[in-house]
Amino acid sequence: MADTYATIANTPVGRTVAKRLGLPAPPRLERYRPGAPVIDGPVLLGAAPGGVLGEATARVLAAINADVHTALEPPLRAAAAGAGLDAKVFNPDVAPSDQTFKALVLDASGIGASEDLVHAYEFFHPTVRRVRPSGRIVVLATSPEHAPNPRHAVAQRALEGLVRSIGKEVRRGATAQLVYVTPDGSGAIESTLRFLLSPKSAYVSGQVIRIQAPAVEADVPTDWERPLAGKVALVTGASRGIGHEVAAVLARDGAHVVALDIPAHADALVATAAQLGGSELALDITEPAAPARVAEHLTQNHGGVDVVVHNAGVTRDKTLARMRREQWEQVIAVNLTSIERIDRELFAGGVVRDHGRVVLVSSISGIAGNAGQTNYATSKAGVIGLLSAYAPTILGRGHTLNAVAPAFIETQMTAAMPFAIREVGRRLNSMSQGGLPVDVAETIAWLASPGSAGVNGNVVRVCGQSLLGA
Amino acid sequence: MNPTARRVAVLGGVRIPFARQHGAYAQASNQDMLTGTLEALVERFRLAGEALGEVVAGAVLKHSRDFNLTRDCVLGSRLDPHTPAYDVQQACVTGLEATILVANKIALGQIESGIAGGVDTTSDAPIALGDDLRRILLELSRTKSNVGRLEALAKLRPGHLVPEIPRNAEPRTGLSMGEHAAITAREWGISREEQDELAVRSHHNLAAAYERGFMDDLVTPYAGLDRDENLRPDTSLEQLARLKPVFGGPEGTMTAGNSTPLSDGASLTLLASEDWARERELPVLAYMTATQSAAVDYVHGGEGLLMAPTLAMPKLLARAGLTLQDFDLYEIHEAFASQVLATLKAWEDPVFCTQRLGLDQPLGAIDRERLNVNGGSLGAGHPFGATGGRIVAGLAKALSERGAGRGVISICAAGGLGVTAIMQAPSDG
Repeated sequence: MADTYATIANTPVGRTVAKRLGLPAPPRLERYRPGAPVIDGPVLLGAAPGGVLGEATARVLAAINADVHTALEPPLRAAAAGAGLDAKVFNPDVAPSDQTFKALVLDASGIGASEDLVHAYEFFHPTVRRVRPSGRIVVLATSPEHAPNPRHAVAQRALEGLVRSIGKEVRRGATAQLVYVTPDGSGAIESTLRFLLSPKSAYVSGQVIRIQAPAVEADVPTDWERPLAGKVALVTGASRGIGHEVAAVLARDGAHVVALDIPAHADALVATAAQLGGSELALDITEPAAPARVAEHLTQNHGGVDVVVHNAGVTRDKTLARMRREQWEQVIAVNLTSIERIDRELFAGGVVRDHGRVVLVSSISGIAGNAGQTNYATSKAGVIGLLSAYAPTILGRGHTLNAVAPAFIETQMTAAMPFAIREVGRRLNSMSQGGLPVDVAETIAWLASPGSAGVNGNVVRVCGQSLLGA
Repeated sequence: MNPTARRVAVLGGVRIPFARQHGAYAQASNQDMLTGTLEALVERFRLAGEALGEVVAGAVLKHSRDFNLTRDCVLGSRLDPHTPAYDVQQACVTGLEATILVANKIALGQIESGIAGGVDTTSDAPIALGDDLRRILLELSRTKSNVGRLEALAKLRPGHLVPEIPRNAEPRTGLSMGEHAAITAREWGISREEQDELAVRSHHNLAAAYERGFMDDLVTPYAGLDRDENLRPDTSLEQLARLKPVFGGPEGTMTAGNSTPLSDGASLTLLASEDWARERELPVLAYMTATQSAAVDYVHGGEGLLMAPTLAMPKLLARAGLTLQDFDLYEIHEAFASQVLATLKAWEDPVFCTQRLGLDQPLGAIDRERLNVNGGSLGAGHPFGATGGRIVAGLAKALSERGAGRGVISICAAGGLGVTAIMQAPSDG
């Protein structure tokens, strides 16, 4: 499972050799440690003239005690002051060359015409080289479909290209994201900004995230270290791999985790549940009675559920011509049909409490397709279809429905791949390495947070900005 | 001042031209310069033989023998020897603080008239014995026996002969004032160009003031100088742009051109009650109406060493019921161009004004055309103790020329100190 090349390439000799030979230089990605600050280093906040997200952004930066710098531009300084943010001053014209930032955050919502995109250039041009390793670049913008006029929409949409390209330029483990916010959604950005600025988003880059105003008043966490305190989270496929890590991270965030897996994995499941102070539920989700049993278990033992993570999944890889019918059917049944059935039962039966969070696990294969995985890719694309179909209808009681789409994550599954395919999979992304299960888990935890009420219908790739399916 | 207090009139002031370190006044002591200035003031206001309420002045760099500097100068002048005097020392605000002390006694009716100001020499600076040598010599004078004296002398080492020369550095940080100012300049992102522009304006405004005769009764020739030695009437942005940075490292923005030079000089101002002035038929140039001191925690609090006036100003304005835009003239001491610019930016900045000053909104911008209209310390030079008197007398005269309006003074000082004051033209009194 270990990425031996990355380990060697991070030694002094390895780094030199890799550089000489033009080989990829996978940086060591910073990852979250409980108790650490959201962001460990100075943040540069910028705003294009006319921006509407500056104050909301400043308020989040104040809440996380970030060491913020801004240019001496009156509207931006007024926004910072209004947010109670004691921001320092940054002037790129005179700043010493060794002044660096852990994050660059730009409110680009004011860019109302393509000519004005130059404001984004002016912000990043003198600063993009000042981004520290594992740094963060976040551009906030107005959702194009909510822009006041077509030219504004064009300019806002154009930012996607900018952000995705910066993500590919910055290197050294830095990430770049675009956050589209609806005009009434600025109050809902905190959980997302916290996630994107922190090392929790280590392997998430080049993503476009959409935030809107929550349909009902959000249940914002009082303790962001334990946002899921008092919540019950069901995690399917929780005995090992990504599912195990998801269960661990949700438990860390305060949730009581109900770990679900097939009876064959009962031993590991019991161990997981015990380790996390949760409980276990051993059943095969494809059984006809499974949805009712899950609903009954959650209702009887916990009075309901707050977070459902549909992580369980199988692969039965074969090219389509060689694939047997059972292989097709089993993958579709586990990866897609069972989710439909369980969700129908949980929602119809009122098992999901208000402010429920459902997180689906799709895959880069479901987006890009993959030879030998017609069944798997179909099921994972279907997961996205499920998201699109249900997310708009689910909001009534403060629920949200989102999906993560992991690419190359270092697990037993990827360890079993042939060497060459594995190496290509690892390197073909902006981080030149595979992600870790915890990277997927942290992303799911963000989407599962009560604070993420404004995040609905998103598919967030955990792919290190993979070249595939981009 | 409070309603029961009397109004304090500024009747005028005199200074000698300021000289650069080791320049025209290389051989002049603080006492020489301050006595010379006092004599000029006595002459101008016909004070010979007069017993005034008090003379208050001071110097920053001072010999230990000058423990009663101002009193000695009074005794060396034609003032009545029955005129009391004392020294004050508050770094670069020495002269302004001395003025405030005299003004307060006049306001309270404790005295009717007084002279305030200061002096400094960086050329005739006190050089002290090293501490080790000093201890040995003190031990020698305590010892009674010859053997003991020999033992004390035997402790002498050649290294003990290295003297202690005063440094322009903060004892608690070890950084020079310029290095502190460079930190603030960097924090506020002050560019080289805006600093040089301010410096050029300072020289040009001062030169223009000399040209139109404004300085004629403010400056009295001394030791061969009739204008400030540092003044470069024909300096330009191009010339200043050639200078290398002296503070803030190779990427720094502060040069010898946009920082004040070490200098020598003295200044004094005559203050009085209205009755005293009327009896002597001396016109009132301006009234001193309000003052405010402040200090910053530059050691542990992360505040800029020279930013104390940013704290003093809102308090001053609140007490006077004025806004920062309510002034016709602004006199901001130009310790460094970057310091003036950082101060102005701080007052304009919503973040600084709400988060650091606790205000609801920024104090706002000032009309730069009203700033240091007759030159500032960058042009004139800055003998520490003498700058306050230069500014008070200059502003009083400028207000009297205008015949109306008010002006505000802001001076920063070592030790994280700052003092601000408001002066008003007589017709508005």
